[in-house]
Amino acid sequence: METLEQLKSRIESAVVGVRVEIIRNDSPSAQHSLLVDGEHAVAVGRFLRDDPQLRLDYCSNVTGVDWPDAEITEKVKVKKLVDGAEKEVEEVKKTRRAGCLEAVYHLYSMELKHGPVILRLRTGDRMDEAHLPSLTPVWRGCEFQEREVYDLYGIIFDGHPDLRRILMWDGFKDHPMRKDYVEPDDYEYEPTPHDEVLEKAKRHLQPEAKA
Amino acid sequence: MSSTILTDKGETPVASVDISAPEGAGQPNYTLTPRTSSTGGIESELLEVAMGPQHPSTHGVFRMDVVLDGERIVKLKPVFGYLHRNHEKIAENTTYLASMPYTDRLDYFCSLTNNWAYALAVEKLAGLQPPERAEYIRVITAELTRLVNHTALIGFLLQDMGASGTPLMYAFREREKILDLFESLTGARMMCNYMRFGGCRCDLPAGWLDETKQVVAAFPQFLDEYDRLLSENEILIARTQGVGILPHELAINASITGPMLRASGVNYDIRKVDKYGIYDRFSFRVPLGEHGDVYDRYMIRLLEMHESLKILEQALKDIPSGPIMDPKAKIRGFRPKTGEAYGRIEGPKGELGFYLISDGSPNPYRYRVRPPSLINLTILEDMCLGQTVADVVVILGSVDIVLGEVDR
Repeated sequence: METLEQLKSRIESAVVGVRVEIIRNDSPSAQHSLLVDGEHAVAVGRFLRDDPQLRLDYCSNVTGVDWPDAEITEKVKVKKLVDGAEKEVEEVKKTRRAGCLEAVYHLYSMELKHGPVILRLRTGDRMDEAHLPSLTPVWRGCEFQEREVYDLYGIIFDGHPDLRRILMWDGFKDHPMRKDYVEPDDYEYEPTPHDEVLEKAKRHLQPEAKA
Repeated sequence: MSSTILTDKGETPVASVDISAPEGAGQPNYTLTPRTSSTGGIESELLEVAMGPQHPSTHGVFRMDVVLDGERIVKLKPVFGYLHRNHEKIAENTTYLASMPYTDRLDYFCSLTNNWAYALAVEKLAGLQPPERAEYIRVITAELTRLVNHTALIGFLLQDMGASGTPLMYAFREREKILDLFESLTGARMMCNYMRFGGCRCDLPAGWLDETKQVVAAFPQFLDEYDRLLSENEILIARTQGVGILPHELAINASITGPMLRASGVNYDIRKVDKYGIYDRFSFRVPLGEHGDVYDRYMIRLLEMHESLKILEQALKDIPSGPIMDPKAKIRGFRPKTGEAYGRIEGPKGELGFYLISDGSPNPYRYRVRPPSLINLTILEDMCLGQTVADVVVILGSVDIVLGEVDR
């Protein structure tokens, strides 16, 4: 199978205006992935599925990942003039990472028996712009998995034929797999309480005092 | 009689696939009986029925909302989640190793293959390599698990078909012999919690290999007995042949895996494709179906058990002595480097995969199970449309679901 760089340039020549970025993976698994912009995702999916050299006809795994807003601290070595002499000094560099929700697709080929090619799509933010195009029209196998991602992460897949909750019940409000999900207050009286339960009971019984 | 073809070494190419067919996914077409018949007969009406959640054929707590036109299925929506406990969230809040016993509870018939899939994903993430003996033990236990799963499934399938009791008890009698082996090896019949990252928890007890050899040697007798009693049974053939047909283009496009996929004639076995563990050392064949109906799915499982026995014979003969853990593996303070990995194995029900993202902390940042049972349900409606209610029970039985894994 061709390398990811070759694949990237072929996608860019096949789909006009697409933005593709290679996300490196430094772990021993070395499964690098392709970040594709949402607008052209369906066209890219069709290209990957139908291209005679790739024939990625099998979408194995679809999942979501939540990346909340975060402050990343990096230690960077900077050359500085200290007391007239040039020295290397470590500086803490802080960068803000805007949060997003990510959908990850693992693609294999059943015909040519190669893979995986990993496709990532990112939403604009975690609240209002949590929309992505659905790849169910390309691979039917995404149907239930995209429903699950919608249910647990709240990514709205435009173009999905039947986007409903799948594991949680209808009428459930939140998306429980998000990192900032707060569990409901499901306190029940326990006859043999330990510290954790006592703490919970205190919160439950005096919600006003806490706030 | 439906015939099944065997291909050697998995070399037959998959027929070229027309994937434009399932474009209208989710909106299957059907034609209804006209509301008023032209001869002025009785008006027909559609009937909505909820099959489940408490229904003996659903193998757990699972519901199918069906719309019926007389006896025929017009619409079917599977509803699940009754057993949902957010396994993934729980795993993300604990250490890597602490999820290992919890993976047993996904597909509670096949705890050892669940263990292996999770261990494989973590080993990919952390760069561990299990030693030779551990790999052999993994293959032996995984193939025994496949036998357990397929015997139980065939028993349940016959039970669903109305062959009440006897076939199931015959199957469970054999299954129990293998569960005894698991008990002497791991201490538990079903919740084995046996594999570790980079190896296995404990070595084989004395005499275990000989006992296993005896069980494996006696197993073909049971399969032949089952085959003789059932495979050409008139009722079984009438109830299964031509029922719930799954065309292979749709099977590929809908990510169907495992025996269901191969019953539709697609040659895709991850043991052959990925050659994970040491599966490249064994010679075995991949049984393929021709028609993709329930009978083929039943037959594929019987034939796969014969192939598993072949692998077991070879593995039990060749198993070397030596260590069972990778010396680099750390039990305490296990923190894989930042990165991600997707590891998958050919579970008895299909492709069982684990997707992990590490951020360098002791807990996984993202932990995802790719459940074959859930994804194989995607095309349940397509298989059932136009069939009768009684067939739905058989079709669902042939999909082979375990709700612990569907709902997670």
